[in-house]
Amino acid sequence: MLLDVHGLRKAFPGSERQITVLDGVSLSLDAGDVVALTGESGSGKSTLLHIIAGLEPTDDGSVLFDGEDICLMDDGGRAALRRNSISIVFQQFNLIPSLNVRQNLVFHARLAGRAASVDLPALATSLGLADHLEKFPEDLSGGEQQRVAIGRAVASEPKLVLADEPTGNLDEDTGQAVYDLLLALARRTGAALLIATHSMRLAGAADRRMHLSHGKLTE
Amino acid sequence: MTGPVLAALLSHWRRRPFQLATLLLGLSLATALWSGVQAINAEARKSYAEAAGILGGGGLSELVRTDGGMIPVKTFATLRRAGWLVSPLVDGWLSADGGRVRILGMDPFTVPQDTSIAATVEPSLYPELVGKNGVLLASPATAARLPDLEDRLRAIEDLAPNIVLADITSAQELLDIAGFSRMFLAPVQPLLRPDLASLAPELAIKPPATANDLGRLTDSFHLNLTAFGLLSFAVGLAIVHGSVGLAFEQRRPVLRTLRALGVSARRIVLCLVFELLTLALVGGALGIIVGYVMAAALLPDVAATLRGLYGATVNNALTLSPLWWLGGVGIACIGTAAAAANGLWRIARMPPLSPARPRAWIMASGHAMRWQAAGAAVCLAAAICAVTFGGGLVSGFVLVGGFLAAAALFLPTVLSSLIAVAARWSSGPIGQWFWADTRQQLPGLSLALMALLLALAANVGVGTMVASFRATFSGWLDQRLVSDLYVTVEDEADIPAFMAFLEDKSDAVLPIWHVDAEVMGAPAEIYGVVDHPVYAANWPLLSALPDTWNRIAAGRGALVNEQLARREGLSLEDRLPLPGGWTTAVVGIYSDYGNPLGQVVLPIETLTRHYPDVDRSDFGIVVPEQNSEALMAALTEEFGLPADRITDQGAVKEFSQSIFERTFAVTGALNVLTLAVAGVAILTNLLTLASMRLPQLAPVWALGLTRTTLGRLEFTRALVLAALTFTLALPVGLVLAWMLLAIINVEAFGWRLPMHLFPLDWARLGALSLGAAGLAGIWPAYRLARRPPADLARVFSHER
Amino acid sequence: MNAKALLPLLLCITHSLAMAQGFAELGQTSEGYALPDPATRFTFPDDHGPHPEFRIEWWYVTANLKDADGTDYGIQWTLFRNALSPGGKPEDQAWMGHAAVSAPTGHLVAERLARGGIGQAGVTASPFEAFIDEWRMAGPDLATVSIAAQSHEFRYDLDLSSNGPFVPQGEDGYSVKSFVGQASHYYSQPFYSVTGTLTLPGGEVHVTGQAWLDREWYSQALVQDQTGWDWISLHLPNGEKLMGYRLRDRTGGAYVFGTWIAADGSPEPLRVGSLEMTPIEWAEVAGRQLPVAWDIAHEARGIAIRAEAIYPQSWMGTLIPYWEGPVRASGSHSGEGYLELTGY
Repeated sequence: MLLDVHGLRKAFPGSERQITVLDGVSLSLDAGDVVALTGESGSGKSTLLHIIAGLEPTDDGSVLFDGEDICLMDDGGRAALRRNSISIVFQQFNLIPSLNVRQNLVFHARLAGRAASVDLPALATSLGLADHLEKFPEDLSGGEQQRVAIGRAVASEPKLVLADEPTGNLDEDTGQAVYDLLLALARRTGAALLIATHSMRLAGAADRRMHLSHGKLTE
Repeated sequence: MTGPVLAALLSHWRRRPFQLATLLLGLSLATALWSGVQAINAEARKSYAEAAGILGGGGLSELVRTDGGMIPVKTFATLRRAGWLVSPLVDGWLSADGGRVRILGMDPFTVPQDTSIAATVEPSLYPELVGKNGVLLASPATAARLPDLEDRLRAIEDLAPNIVLADITSAQELLDIAGFSRMFLAPVQPLLRPDLASLAPELAIKPPATANDLGRLTDSFHLNLTAFGLLSFAVGLAIVHGSVGLAFEQRRPVLRTLRALGVSARRIVLCLVFELLTLALVGGALGIIVGYVMAAALLPDVAATLRGLYGATVNNALTLSPLWWLGGVGIACIGTAAAAANGLWRIARMPPLSPARPRAWIMASGHAMRWQAAGAAVCLAAAICAVTFGGGLVSGFVLVGGFLAAAALFLPTVLSSLIAVAARWSSGPIGQWFWADTRQQLPGLSLALMALLLALAANVGVGTMVASFRATFSGWLDQRLVSDLYVTVEDEADIPAFMAFLEDKSDAVLPIWHVDAEVMGAPAEIYGVVDHPVYAANWPLLSALPDTWNRIAAGRGALVNEQLARREGLSLEDRLPLPGGWTTAVVGIYSDYGNPLGQVVLPIETLTRHYPDVDRSDFGIVVPEQNSEALMAALTEEFGLPADRITDQGAVKEFSQSIFERTFAVTGALNVLTLAVAGVAILTNLLTLASMRLPQLAPVWALGLTRTTLGRLEFTRALVLAALTFTLALPVGLVLAWMLLAIINVEAFGWRLPMHLFPLDWARLGALSLGAAGLAGIWPAYRLARRPPADLARVFSHER
Repeated sequence: MNAKALLPLLLCITHSLAMAQGFAELGQTSEGYALPDPATRFTFPDDHGPHPEFRIEWWYVTANLKDADGTDYGIQWTLFRNALSPGGKPEDQAWMGHAAVSAPTGHLVAERLARGGIGQAGVTASPFEAFIDEWRMAGPDLATVSIAAQSHEFRYDLDLSSNGPFVPQGEDGYSVKSFVGQASHYYSQPFYSVTGTLTLPGGEVHVTGQAWLDREWYSQALVQDQTGWDWISLHLPNGEKLMGYRLRDRTGGAYVFGTWIAADGSPEPLRVGSLEMTPIEWAEVAGRQLPVAWDIAHEARGIAIRAEAIYPQSWMGTLIPYWEGPVRASGSHSGEGYLELTGY
């Protein structure tokens, strides 16, 4: 089992009482799984992904990745995990504005020490970015930026790709294309994919669908 | 409606007191240094004007002997009896505690009413001024420096410092001279007067002397101070610019909400202007107070410098006009406006629902780089024009100013290129990201880095000049002070006995006889030297004939100091007109650092023949085997010379060097202050950027760099930028030093100094600037490293 | 003449000080100086020269002049000597010159100061020369002199010759100035006829007329409660002359004395109580009220003269200001002369 999340709890301080976002969430993914995570806006999808990526601590529960509990790791350990095994695709793309497309695409792979195995021309072609390699993120459209982000995520050959509303900032057609690309690339590299989305239509393309509501996860 | 808007805007500062403090600190520092320097300059200029008013008659023309000699009393009477309304003056120097004092003898009976003298001296004092033992007028501070004349001195508060005003007869008696130095020409003359040429062909009308004469002499000093003031002001503004920009950016959501709630952009801008004005007033007021304290603390040193170096006199106490206070507040407001204009402009044009994009704020500054490079080219062109087509002190300063401005404006472009090169050479993703990111941060930091460059270059430049001066000066002192003891004989009648006493006890007794006189229209000193090999061996000549010392030994020719030679364009073999209407040839030019006056050295027989009234009481003694202490004791015990009439070489040297050190104490203090302000500027700019950079750093963190690594990189970035800036500042500073030594000093002082290099000083300065940048960078880096992950994660989940 | 006693004070007081204060200071500073002696008789030409052992001395010329059209002019040429300290040394003397022209177009004034001992000002008795700067009164002797003075706006060059003797004033030249006995040595030359040229802003004017010289020296000034004085000299028909002065005191009283000079130059003192000088008309001059018309009366000699200022604005705006200008006489005797008013 690649990822085994068990009994996650997370609450944020609210104005009067704590708001419980995750209330005993458990899920598991095997290598190559493509899972859609649906839920209303603010239902805690992002928080769940952040905890899995080691970006945020949890109040209770465990996240076993390849058998190791992320929650027990130190900062360096979690950073190494993200560097080497987990990639994230954000709603706002979060490219590095000071680097051009080529540099952004291979950046994560280089951090992970796998730049040598990246076939950049093929990757760029598959992303439809072959003509944009020297451009900077600010010169790209939203869809193009997100394709760079997806390329960056898969180029590092991660075991798990976490995508947080990857099409949330895109129009419907572009969103669909990006989504298809993400799925195709994940399947091609054999990475497990956990996509948070509120679109049931997009979720339909996944192997499994989970729904997060009032802190509970239902399949 | 304005009330709630203001409340919403101002609430920002309550939540960020540190930012408010930074802003006020920047404003106060900028205002303080600027107005402090202005206060010192204003005080000095006022003193010059007072002195020039007294000495120069406040705009009256004067009659002087064309040969620079004294005007006989008979000539004065002849002129008066022919209808020329002239008033005699006797001008000279008295020795006083802490340096000499100008004495001006005037004639209360004829002094024109339009003169400052007439305005300064109450007519009720006239009866006491004239006659035997007439009173002498001086400011209380000056009076205190003349204890020997205590009985005759009368303190006058309003009198310019370092001047004793007396009746002509008292002045003649104290200076032991006859005749008059010059004469005021009353502005209104009677109907019938014969030509001047028919009455006194040896006299000429000299146009009014002004404060400019002294001002020109001291210009370099004041421009130096002003330059530091401006520099510090610019550096302070870098701080303000950073804080204001951040505050505007951080309040974008508030502004957007206000706009959404129906507040017009105009009203928001007005509220922000009001807010800035308040801050400027508070910061300006604080700055003025600090500036006043600073000026008051530095002024005694400045006054001592100006007295020691130029003979110019400045009050030790500050008396500031309301204009100065207003000026300080004004400059604070102008500075704030300049620093905030950009931000206000953006807010005025902001569409109601534009997202906050702190990154864009920095990015936009990048386009300024091209303009800055163009500006740099213009500045450089102006500097080159100034030195090519201009002349004089002002164009010298245009050159320096243009060069420094160009260097500062070029800095971002040069840094950017250097970083690009570094990026190309760097391998590894982190290195690549580091350089790319550093380059992109440059626009946001460029103002602070320019400030640092200027502060460092000024430090290197002025430091090199001062150290070169010091090295040259002490070497020169060692050579020039050939005698081991310096002695003043009380009574000229004792001289033969004195010489006899020293006959077998000394290697040489060298008369140091001199007269103060006017040479080629300006005050000068004329000295005499005996024929003794010690001079030829020790006296450094800048230019000499092969037989210079032989000619002097043969009683022919004169040596002049560098100042006089430069001022009058004298070179070897030129004729030198001397007071008394005779001329001689220039046979040598010697360096004479630290002396504002022209100096002429004649063979002693020539001196005594032309100027029989020469002061003959001073001697230098060359003591065999450095046995000066024994000789000193012998002189006091056996010959009976009071101890206070004997000075040994060491004391003379020490005194000269103490004057020198005080001269540059102020420069040193300002140098350190400027550097400190530049350090603060970097700190505040880094802090500003740090809080905007989270969205940049979060993705890198998400990709697997730890917060500690990021913090370390941020710290390294500050060091790298400081190191690069220092590296660039070094050549700029050296060129500056060369300009100061070879152009400004020659114009201002009349002497040119060789340039020495002091790499150890640079190393120290480099370490200091790295230290400053490190100190400035460590706090933002530490904060980043300790940032809760949730803060970083929030970047991903929250809309920016 | 008399009020002139105040003027040398200028070296001791500022013009901003009250006159009265000046009086007070002067009375006490005659120590070390010679005092006038009633037994002294003048010897000429020596007495035309300076008497440096006395504190104060002057050579004072006033002239009533007319041009070809009969227009009245007046000029004043005055040299004051004031010792700064006793002993009579040239360098201890201060000199002051006043020159003025009264004309229909206005009253022009100039003033000069000089220290002694440097050749800028002085007096020699024979040949006679008195000078300060380029201003001169000089001749072979004091009976025949030229006087000249100028400023940036006027100039005069006049030749004076006398057809009568020098006239001792008071008792054989001993002129008492108060009830308590302050006195001076005082003589006049009232018999000068004048020809010459005035250079005025409007051009040159050739003039003729008559002049009056006063010579006076002493060491004590007025007594403490005297506030100023009025002095008049008149050229009357048939060569007769009249001089009168009036010293005012704080209580409103006055010490009045005069001299009647016959055409042959013999003086007749008009003693205290017999001569009356009464102001009858006042004019505002330089911000003060000044008596510009006077009744001069002496019953026994049948004198009842009204003297009126020709140019009432003849104000001397010098360091120590006073009024001095030509007058016209009418009544029992007609004629012309000069009036001086000080301490107002």
